[in-house]
Amino acid sequence: MFMFEKAVVGSRRYWAWVFALLAVIGAGFVSYLYQLNVGLGVTGLSRDITWGFYIAQFTFFVGVAASAVMVVLPYYLHDYKAFGKLTILGEFLAISAVTMCMLFIFVDMGQPTRVLNVLLHPTPNSMMFWDMVSLSGYLFLNALISLVALSAERKAVAPPKWIKPFILLSIPWAVSIHTVTAFLYNGLPGRSFWLTAILAPRFLASAFAAGPALLILLCMIVRKVSSFDPGDEAIRKLSVIVTYAMLVNVFFVLMEVFTVFYSGIPEHVHHFQFLFAGLHGEAYLVPWMWTSMALAAAAIVLLVVPKLRNNLRILPVTCVMVFVSLWIDKGLGLIIGGFTPTPLGEVTRYTPTLPELLIVAAIWAIGFLMITVFYKIALAIREGMGYEIAH
Amino acid sequence: MSTDRRTFLGVAGLGALAIAGKASVDALASGAETGKPKAGTRWAMVIDPLKCLKEEGCKACTDACHKVHNVPLLANKKHEVKWIWKEPYERAFAAETEYTQEALKEKPVLVFCNHCDNPPCVRVCPTQATWKREDGVVMMDWHRCIGCRYCVAACPYGSRSFNWVDPRPSLAEVTPEYPTRTKGVVEKCTFCEERLAEGKLPACVEACEEKAILFGNLHDEASPVRARLKDSFTIRRKPELGTEPEIYYVVGGKPDVHV
Repeated sequence: MFMFEKAVVGSRRYWAWVFALLAVIGAGFVSYLYQLNVGLGVTGLSRDITWGFYIAQFTFFVGVAASAVMVVLPYYLHDYKAFGKLTILGEFLAISAVTMCMLFIFVDMGQPTRVLNVLLHPTPNSMMFWDMVSLSGYLFLNALISLVALSAERKAVAPPKWIKPFILLSIPWAVSIHTVTAFLYNGLPGRSFWLTAILAPRFLASAFAAGPALLILLCMIVRKVSSFDPGDEAIRKLSVIVTYAMLVNVFFVLMEVFTVFYSGIPEHVHHFQFLFAGLHGEAYLVPWMWTSMALAAAAIVLLVVPKLRNNLRILPVTCVMVFVSLWIDKGLGLIIGGFTPTPLGEVTRYTPTLPELLIVAAIWAIGFLMITVFYKIALAIREGMGYEIAH
Repeated sequence: MSTDRRTFLGVAGLGALAIAGKASVDALASGAETGKPKAGTRWAMVIDPLKCLKEEGCKACTDACHKVHNVPLLANKKHEVKWIWKEPYERAFAAETEYTQEALKEKPVLVFCNHCDNPPCVRVCPTQATWKREDGVVMMDWHRCIGCRYCVAACPYGSRSFNWVDPRPSLAEVTPEYPTRTKGVVEKCTFCEERLAEGKLPACVEACEEKAILFGNLHDEASPVRARLKDSFTIRRKPELGTEPEIYYVVGGKPDVHV
């Protein structure tokens, strides 16, 4: 396919990485066949906790996908030149993350062969319908934009003018994907944990912290393994974005905590009790949630103090802390916490099973593989402008 | 660059309006409807928990329902499928019972699909595999359901079950008149729509010797449910959520006036 020839030439290290990812994908694929055969009963899910790891990962990665807007917006709306080299990396991250989201939804379906019923019987009153629309639209926009940008770069010409409206459209579209994802949850009358208008803003804030944190880490890896350098200025600017987003996210969480505990409405309080103190003797998420909190607090210190933030040796550690903290919050707490206690006040334990974890790992590996291949292509084009001429 | 920003705000605003608009139009429309005289059929049930308690440990209604509808009995509680069952009173109603409602404290109360007038499960289903009929029955299409379990998340009563595994091996005996289900679909009580079509009462109503479950048309003044509602104090589960459940529970009034 187009420009894919660049992905099949690489060093020994490159191929070792690719095959390691393929092995993880293979293990997950076998696990999925097992799940397909037996049913979703092979997961740790239950009548009480009907969504778990798959849907939580989906939610988290919608955020990662949306965060591409944090490089696209400053570059295109504010003409912030330092992000010029980064936009393509952001868009590739978005494409990979959206693909992961779609896969996470797909593996969660009880009847995957019927999934096209969503198109056959379009239902605008279902938020899931809008989620499908917004995610596929976002995938299309980012695929189109990066393809056009990359082929222009290969020909060493400026991207065509007609692509600009698509780029501008991708900005509100990025906001929409995570907003609609929040609407999946916060329009449900019986689930008090999610029934809060701050959910969508919170999703966006945590996404704009976790996504750019991941992008910083990717930039640093790219810098190590190739001659391409996004530049210190771009990385530092991204870290400022992470700082603000993380602060806003924590602020939003505190808003929620105040509302829940000062009002004292039991259905709202119970979910927080379950997550942070344990409920009816079940406290299996408590260590996770406090780890998330501690990491968030430490990361904020490392981000807010300019000296620590600007130290590019500390910054990757800070970014890992931000990412892990928000992954626990959204990837564990949000979904399990929303289902516990159940509408009947029961607390049921949910532990993902091995097949479930292997399937999740495989989808992560697919995401990494996509990123690797895409970045490889982009870097090959940039590194080897001479390559094209020489042949 | 200010034009771009304006475009951006405009587009974002329109999107939000489009979604909120539909909901508010619906809300206004339903408000306008309340003044109209009610015609047709609106099936509902009245449960009398005190009558239900007369025979301790009775499961006649559950057994009858689960048998005629091929509801499996699964060994793993996490994979449980149930259409009608008993829950302790305070769980069913999230009620405080330390000094109030002592008669029902910790007592088992029948719970099942509330066949809401404004069902959140129907609202969220992405394939219209669950929908509300004109007569109020909230239906399920097991051939269209994609098994996303959004309806399970949306139901504030925990009334929906998902088939985590193939239910057929767990059926002691198959009732051939009723379909069995496959793995990966959601199911729940359907008010025995197959029996209603033949003019029969729901299986649970028929099975209850104490007549603790009354079934009838809410729009018919002479129906047993209306008669019972008139002379009893009844409550519904979580009425504050606006789902308009159509299962009423008698908690006071004249318990023995009617059969």
